[in-house]
Amino acid sequence: MLNRIERKVRPMKGSKILKVNYLARVEGEGSLYLRIKNGQVVDAKLKIFEPPRFFEAFLRGRRYSEAPDITARICGICPIAYQMSSVHAMEDAFGVKVGGQLRALRRLLYCGEWIESHVLHVAMLHAPDFLGYDDAIRMAQDYPDQVQMALRLKKIGNELVTLLGGREIHPINVKVGGFYKTPSKAQLMEFRKSLEWGLQAASDLTKWVATLDIPKFEQDYEFVALSHPEEYPLNEGRLVSNKGLDIDISQYDEYFEEEHVEHSNALHSVLRGQDSYHVGPLARINLNFEKLTPQALKVAREVQFKPVCRNPFMSIVARGIETVFAVEEAIRIIDQYEEPERPAIEIKPKAGVGYGCTEAPRGILYHRYRVDDKGIIQSAKIVPPTAQNQKTIEKDLWHFASEYIQLDEKELTWKCEQAIRNYDPCISCATHFLRVHIEREDGQ
Amino acid sequence: MAKKKPKLAVWKFASCDGCQLSLLDCEDELLAIAGAIDIAYFPEATKAEVKGPYDISLVEGSITTPHDAERIHHIRRASSVLITIGACATAGGIQALRNYKNVHEFTSIVYAHPEYIHTLSKSTPIDDHVFVDFELRGCPINKYQLIEVISAFLFGRKPNIPNYSLCMECKRKGLPCVMVAHGTPCMGPITQAGCGAICPSYNRGCYSCFGPKEAPNTISLSEWWYEELGVMREDLVRAFRTFNAYAEPYRKESEAHERK
Repeated sequence: MLNRIERKVRPMKGSKILKVNYLARVEGEGSLYLRIKNGQVVDAKLKIFEPPRFFEAFLRGRRYSEAPDITARICGICPIAYQMSSVHAMEDAFGVKVGGQLRALRRLLYCGEWIESHVLHVAMLHAPDFLGYDDAIRMAQDYPDQVQMALRLKKIGNELVTLLGGREIHPINVKVGGFYKTPSKAQLMEFRKSLEWGLQAASDLTKWVATLDIPKFEQDYEFVALSHPEEYPLNEGRLVSNKGLDIDISQYDEYFEEEHVEHSNALHSVLRGQDSYHVGPLARINLNFEKLTPQALKVAREVQFKPVCRNPFMSIVARGIETVFAVEEAIRIIDQYEEPERPAIEIKPKAGVGYGCTEAPRGILYHRYRVDDKGIIQSAKIVPPTAQNQKTIEKDLWHFASEYIQLDEKELTWKCEQAIRNYDPCISCATHFLRVHIEREDGQ
Repeated sequence: MAKKKPKLAVWKFASCDGCQLSLLDCEDELLAIAGAIDIAYFPEATKAEVKGPYDISLVEGSITTPHDAERIHHIRRASSVLITIGACATAGGIQALRNYKNVHEFTSIVYAHPEYIHTLSKSTPIDDHVFVDFELRGCPINKYQLIEVISAFLFGRKPNIPNYSLCMECKRKGLPCVMVAHGTPCMGPITQAGCGAICPSYNRGCYSCFGPKEAPNTISLSEWWYEELGVMREDLVRAFRTFNAYAEPYRKESEAHERK
């Protein structure tokens, strides 16, 4: 029960089962199930056993104003994403738009979450895979400078979230219409100094991860991300793909659907009538490369990142580049900041349906709410990025394991776990759950 | 011979991962903590796994499945000290809202095939199932309080975690009372301190993510909200039913208003 890896030898001649029951360095509880017969992968499942928490159900009957605080609790790593998608959806339902400095502050807050979440994943959760360590603490013995730099950079992301949001996990300052309190220019300018250091650190971190041994593996994905005419997408934009999708976020349900499969407490998302798709940093950067900020573009060119990049193992580099972007964008917003007259615009509830789709660190996060004329939530739909990537992760495992079938069990298991972590899966989100479980029937 | 380092394990049940993330958010202290203690089981951070028993187990999340109701007993047996962290583990969390509804209806709202889902009708705190040595409150917990609790148990002393109300922290920060000065409904008077009065610092009323303080006068606060601030009964029910909805004082108070 306490063991994460369980190996059983079947009594039958020539067949074997390998299981890893609890995937490490992901957020939440999940496992991988891989069945290999005569040297071929015959089944690949990403199982999610994180217990369901029923957010969509208990949001019914709550006030519109409670949605950002309640949905934040879906995920302790990306609460801002939930807060942003929910406030935008509610504002859409009520027909109001938050602009000017309040809009910029929301972007700034999201930059903080991107920095914190991306650096956590790049340095603490994913890099140890490439270098053969169990964790970042052990990696720190051989790579002290990189780990210490990453910790300081991650801290800067958290400090930015704390400055604007009150605390790093489940911030309290976001509301429908804006904020409870806005920062002073002096507070932000004081913080700018940390970001100046951060810009160099993020660039160095990205150049370092680009030197890691990246497995060769490419898939013809349909990348889906937001796209905005003037900026790298965070809170707004149209939903686009490299295969011709270009829709308003309110059309999401027409184009995407969720399937409930037995082995998972998370719903699988697919493009209607088509198949799986890929969301997250790689999708965003492939679809919005030219919108990156100057230093981020410079670093991308230095590490020879070229869109369209179809190697999911390159996501660690994409995350690095996006971290550079987030720091640079934060500096830009601070420089142009003027204290707004009011911390929030006035909200008058009216009956309707509202849509919100924002770029969480792991990819698009879709919210849809129906509210009555008093602003009471009648129904809610939330589609987190990990649920959208789940089917793509399973396909990656299938194809990756097929290509690298000659590896021994330990190596194959390690690489399969690494392949899952390409997506920085947040299983707590996906169920609003992962285990590795390889079954071989060929005695290899 | 060097003294053996104490073994720490971190366990997850139904939760958002935020409280265990607090440990990784101790950026300045993390490497020092890892130097002083052996992080023996912490899947969110490491693949490495050291067998129990463990000196300290931190438990995040609430019990919501038959399997988890069994698993917590194994963890208790493998742990010298068991500390629960966060509102899910100490009060059942936001997912305890199901305790007031029929969970089967919930399953069918979210999932197309409710028969695939194995879940209990109630989300319950860890101490409903096993003996808990210390409960650290918060949604999320305060990471400095976490370091204090771990240090206290390592040195065999009582953790210095106050159980007075949030109002004390507010006064110490010199904040004007949001309820008196601005008429903003605030749960501070009945809420356990620990966050540092964040919401009032941002011109917002406390929404009690640290749960009820010792012997909270919920009736008095509700009446004040109802009579002086014009808060409707249905909103009183909502206010008591958030992240600590199943903590006994809040459960009773919310049910009282539901009946009225």
